[in-house]
Amino acid sequence: MYSRAYKSLVSIPPIAWVGVLLLLPYALMFVHSLWAVREGVIVHQWNWENYKTLFTNSLYAKVLFRTMRIAASVTLCSILLGYPLAYYLAFHAGARKELLYQLVIVPLWVSYLVRGYAWKTILGSDGVLNGFLQYLHLTHEPVGFFLYSPFAVVLMLTHIYTPFVFLPIYAALEHIPRPLLEASQDLGAGSVQTFWRVILPLSMPGLLAGATFAFVLSLGDFLAPLLVGGPSGTMIANVVQSLFGAAFDWPLGAAISVGILVITISLLFLGELLEKRWAFK
Amino acid sequence: MSASPANPPQELPAGSAALLEARKVAKRFGAVEVLKEISLNIASGEFLTLLGESGSGKTTLLRLIAGFDEPSSGEIWMSGERLDLLPPYKRRVNTVFQNYALFPHLSARDNVAYGLRVKNVPANEISGRIGDALRMVKMQDFAGYRPSKLSGGQQQRIALARALVNRPQLLLLDEPLSALDANLRKQMQSELKSLQREIGVTFLFVTHDQEEAMALSDRIALLRDGALEQVASPREIYAHPSTAYTAEFIGQTNLLRGEIRGSMVRCGALRWPLEQADGPVIFSLRPEAIRICPDGGRQTSEAAFRATVRQQFYGGSSELLEVDCGSGQTLRVRIPTRGPLTGEHDFVFSFCDAIRVQE
Repeated sequence: MYSRAYKSLVSIPPIAWVGVLLLLPYALMFVHSLWAVREGVIVHQWNWENYKTLFTNSLYAKVLFRTMRIAASVTLCSILLGYPLAYYLAFHAGARKELLYQLVIVPLWVSYLVRGYAWKTILGSDGVLNGFLQYLHLTHEPVGFFLYSPFAVVLMLTHIYTPFVFLPIYAALEHIPRPLLEASQDLGAGSVQTFWRVILPLSMPGLLAGATFAFVLSLGDFLAPLLVGGPSGTMIANVVQSLFGAAFDWPLGAAISVGILVITISLLFLGELLEKRWAFK
Repeated sequence: MSASPANPPQELPAGSAALLEARKVAKRFGAVEVLKEISLNIASGEFLTLLGESGSGKTTLLRLIAGFDEPSSGEIWMSGERLDLLPPYKRRVNTVFQNYALFPHLSARDNVAYGLRVKNVPANEISGRIGDALRMVKMQDFAGYRPSKLSGGQQQRIALARALVNRPQLLLLDEPLSALDANLRKQMQSELKSLQREIGVTFLFVTHDQEEAMALSDRIALLRDGALEQVASPREIYAHPSTAYTAEFIGQTNLLRGEIRGSMVRCGALRWPLEQADGPVIFSLRPEAIRICPDGGRQTSEAAFRATVRQQFYGGSSELLEVDCGSGQTLRVRIPTRGPLTGEHDFVFSFCDAIRVQE
């Protein structure tokens, strides 16, 4: 087979990649979270103060809680949009399947930033939506809460992450052997029962994968709140950004980052566990 | 060119009522006519096999009865009720699928329970009926296993139990044994047959394997290009095939093409008397209907011919000969095992074993 030297040689790039670009930065981040800032300078003084602040200062807990709420809303909305779409494409789209599939994928090629600014144009005080509502005489003044609110963040993130939820669900639905659906009908189940008893359980791994994508990606997002969130839509990544930037408190920023990392890893682990629970091979 | 349906609308075995009746059922997929106005009755308690090559329409007919496809025209009736207008989940018909189609996320027990649960059968009744069904197919020890942990034969049994637990009036089996290896297949054939006798449910069985069809069925419906070629009991269809196609599809045969002239049949080197009108004819003569004739042993009702043995295929209890009657006419002859044969021999067959068939 392959020589030992060859095996070690080919394993260098992936190990280097993970080591230099993943483990090293995480280690640096963790080390920073145990330091402190004195008079605008980072001092290498080992302490747990940053983590104490994280747990005692209600501001951070509040933002973190809001972030989780937004991420959960995005996940839920993406599933509510993505699942029916995937279901329709997998089972009922017929000849339109290819076209619709492409239409779902194409937005992924458009820059995140462009889509963010598009939502600003739609939701703003003199934006498309307000203009339309006033044209219909449904409102007389521009509605302010469309833009710069958690609502706007959820809307934008849902728009961005729905394809990520759609794709794994669609793949799971496409893989369900069609005779299983006939077997279900044959045994007396109508389409509603077939959905709950066969289709949903068998698409669960895809659903969980999609939900994990949407939740984890939303959790760490900082552009959407920056563009359309306003003060009431600030998320935890924005706090980290400002701590590393204007506030120049890298140690506290690093501590929060470690916190987010722990939450994310736990969620990925949980998602994996559930997916295994639902895998049938 | 294809055979005219020489056989009249299919008679049921005496004294039995029709459970299912297909009336001029046709199915077209686009321009392709998969089934051509088929009329077929299935008697209550009968084991009927739809036999045919792939593409003959046998699975299509099964799917129309199950309700997975709609007929393009014609009607299907069951127990005095129009069946083809009902959705599949309202039909008292259950199917054993070709690759079993067991639910991978459910245990064997939950697979069997599926039909009862969706129909809201009370829980205490469900557990009793599942127990009975699993015992019936000897799978009570595997109730907790997921399908992926079961062998092909075991999955087959669960698929049977899952269908039969619903007490269908008619059980459809779509090539259920085709995925099993030869030995297991024989064993399942035998179990299937005794199970059907025991529970008395009507079986409509689809296969392309004529031996399997012969071994299991009360009647065989032979399909060819979407039309019924012949419907009869295995013995009848073997002994009296109505067409050349049937004669060749069911078992082995020699097709003799020739003519009748002056009350005498002439097929190559073979000649025998027959009181029928002059014209071209085809006869089917089974290899085992021909025997080697010891000197002067010919009866008056037998035709004799002389032929050279070209090939001999040993088959244990019998052997198959390929003999040349001259001028390129080759016949197959099955004789009891008797040791190596060469050279010219005299052969005979009874006139009545040459069955006249349609093209």
